[in-house]
Amino acid sequence: MTQAALRDPVLAQRLAGEILKMAARPVRLMEFCGGHTHAILRFGIRARLEPKVRLLSGPGCPVCVTATADIDAAIALAHLPGVAVATFGDMLRVPGSRSTLMQARAEGADVRVVYSALDALDLARRELQRQVVMLGIGFETTAPTVAATIREAAAEGVPNYTVFSLHKLTGPAMRAILDAGEVRLDGIIGPGHVTTITGTQAWEFLPEEYGISCAVAGFEPLDILRAVRSLVLAIAEGRPRVTNDYPRSVSREGNRVAQALMAEVFTVESALWRGLGRVPASGLAIGERYAAYDARRRFAEAFAGVLYDAPEPPGCCCGEVLRGVLEPTECPLFRRVCTPAHPVGPCMVSSEGACAAHYHYGGAL
Amino acid sequence: MKGGRILLGHGSGGTLGHELVRDLFLRHFQDPALARLEDASDISLADEAGRLEGQVVLTTDSYVVKPRFFPGGDIGRLAVCGTVNDLAMRGARPLYLTAGFILEEGLPLADLERAVRSMAEAAREAGVRIVAGDTKVVEHGGADGLFINTAGVGLVPPGVHIHGAGARPGDAILVSGAVGDHGLTIMTHREGLAFESTLESDCAPLNGLVEALLAAVGPALHTLRDPTRGGLATTLCEIAEQSGVGMVVDELSIPIHDAVRAASELLGLDPLYVANEGKLVAIVAGPYAEAALAAMRAHPLGREAALIGRVVSEHAGTVALRTLLGTHRILDMLAGEQLPRIC
Ligand code: SF4
Repeated sequence: MTQAALRDPVLAQRLAGEILKMAARPVRLMEFCGGHTHAILRFGIRARLEPKVRLLSGPGCPVCVTATADIDAAIALAHLPGVAVATFGDMLRVPGSRSTLMQARAEGADVRVVYSALDALDLARRELQRQVVMLGIGFETTAPTVAATIREAAAEGVPNYTVFSLHKLTGPAMRAILDAGEVRLDGIIGPGHVTTITGTQAWEFLPEEYGISCAVAGFEPLDILRAVRSLVLAIAEGRPRVTNDYPRSVSREGNRVAQALMAEVFTVESALWRGLGRVPASGLAIGERYAAYDARRRFAEAFAGVLYDAPEPPGCCCGEVLRGVLEPTECPLFRRVCTPAHPVGPCMVSSEGACAAHYHYGGAL
Repeated sequence: MKGGRILLGHGSGGTLGHELVRDLFLRHFQDPALARLEDASDISLADEAGRLEGQVVLTTDSYVVKPRFFPGGDIGRLAVCGTVNDLAMRGARPLYLTAGFILEEGLPLADLERAVRSMAEAAREAGVRIVAGDTKVVEHGGADGLFINTAGVGLVPPGVHIHGAGARPGDAILVSGAVGDHGLTIMTHREGLAFESTLESDCAPLNGLVEALLAAVGPALHTLRDPTRGGLATTLCEIAEQSGVGMVVDELSIPIHDAVRAASELLGLDPLYVANEGKLVAIVAGPYAEAALAAMRAHPLGREAALIGRVVSEHAGTVALRTLLGTHRILDMLAGEQLPRIC
């Protein structure tokens, strides 16, 4: 189906009407993914469905959930002589406890912006006199590419490439939010790109263990509306289930090749999440086989001074926003002090952050 | 000149520098004023009869685009079109340009020649003359290859008053074609992002289109802007703010090419916020909207022109976007930088 068809206004209106008719009682749904938060606000879906259907944003912004302590570690790495830290641009302005990577760069640390881990590997090949450390940020979507660079570096014997893996898994985060019980949720809009890799099977624990439905959605307006309709229908029928509303890219099994690549390179460990704290079995560390490509091991000295209980920026409610407890607009700093030009927390920095989405697209007249 | 590279000596007043001027700049720009090689060039703003009528306007801009060459254009074409368009957006007829080059030692001469050749071509297209120039060479690492600055002089005909504060309630908002082409072409051709696509920059001189508009609707043309950095959204916000008016824009009526939509979804970018280099926004008195639209569509650079919204007296300084679901949201200026997504 073409993109124009996925934005057909007549169909979109019809779907919205059906959803509102079908929702017997007000329902609360969480979109896991930051990309969905953006699309929902940008296309006016949220405004159209409120108040009957409340859409809450979740922890699905990889930059936002990166812990302050890990930013501090990345900054420490960048300050090591002879080390260049390669990172996605969004990370540059995320505040650590004292500084940002951008500030570190201004102070002379070597920080390079890359668009993909492949660029970082190329950088290492080109600048053999430097140690290039790729900041591995992202969920199941980016982890396979990063894994591929590690395998490639090992096969070629690139001596100066390592990865600081901060990769995180989406399922355990969803579990942590539900286990905390702070927000009442009737359904989850499943992340489209992540599920392309993991397959819908990754979400089957939601109906089985928590009794709530999950509908996996793409990022076009009709994709999202169809997923919302699936959820509202499942709720009305009282039959929790996983539905695949993004079949043009998602299957039940997912991308087996990418899964195998991740399993070969990474091992599952607990990870520190901004907002969620330490979540068991939710991070991807580099496994024994590729230990030589692990920045944590090669540059252990950079991690010595990092405080793992560093406080969040004062006044910032990113933690609550990431758990769906607070709306960005409920943060006292939102728009008044915290803006994309002068961000206080990562949720305003990242292009996928909920606060940035509300800032850009949430303004009602 | 084949296979050669820029050396520090090209920037000195010596033989190498003279060769560069003669064999490259003079050869391509072909202008008698430039060829006289005086410290300053003689130009005239008067018409054939020696009369100077209208308002003289002056502008300058610097070009540092990366990559230097991209589908649909290059840094040279951009350096001419960008400055010509800044003049045209005041309703001016662009007349003269100057060109300043900052070259990094080691820059392939072929790259410089390619850029200079497209500058000459774009200048011919726009009907402007490049009458003065300067070249500096900096050490390797002192600049990123090739930077170009152009300044431009133009003449606004008597009776034409086009400025950012000209929009009035009841005016129609027109855009001359599909938005997002240039910005997404650049983004996708940067390192690591190149993928199969039919994207092409829209980089073009818009003075001809502006002349056609002026001929069709004259003083009913209130405001012109080319939505470069910050894209269409930022440009509309600027006009609303400067004019102290509100705007209501219909998202569905904004023309966007399929390839741009697809690439922007892939990268997580919003085409309303990425740069254009060959499009303009025209604010026209309501009753003249159809005439303006017809004039634009009759011009090769305005074939996909569209009426996208209206200027209103309510919510002054704010642009409202009507979404495909019929809801309205505020269309904000670009804050920060648009970066491709991770997730
Ligand atoms: S608005 Fe700013 S300070 Fe408030 S939660 Fe969002 S990022 Fe943090």
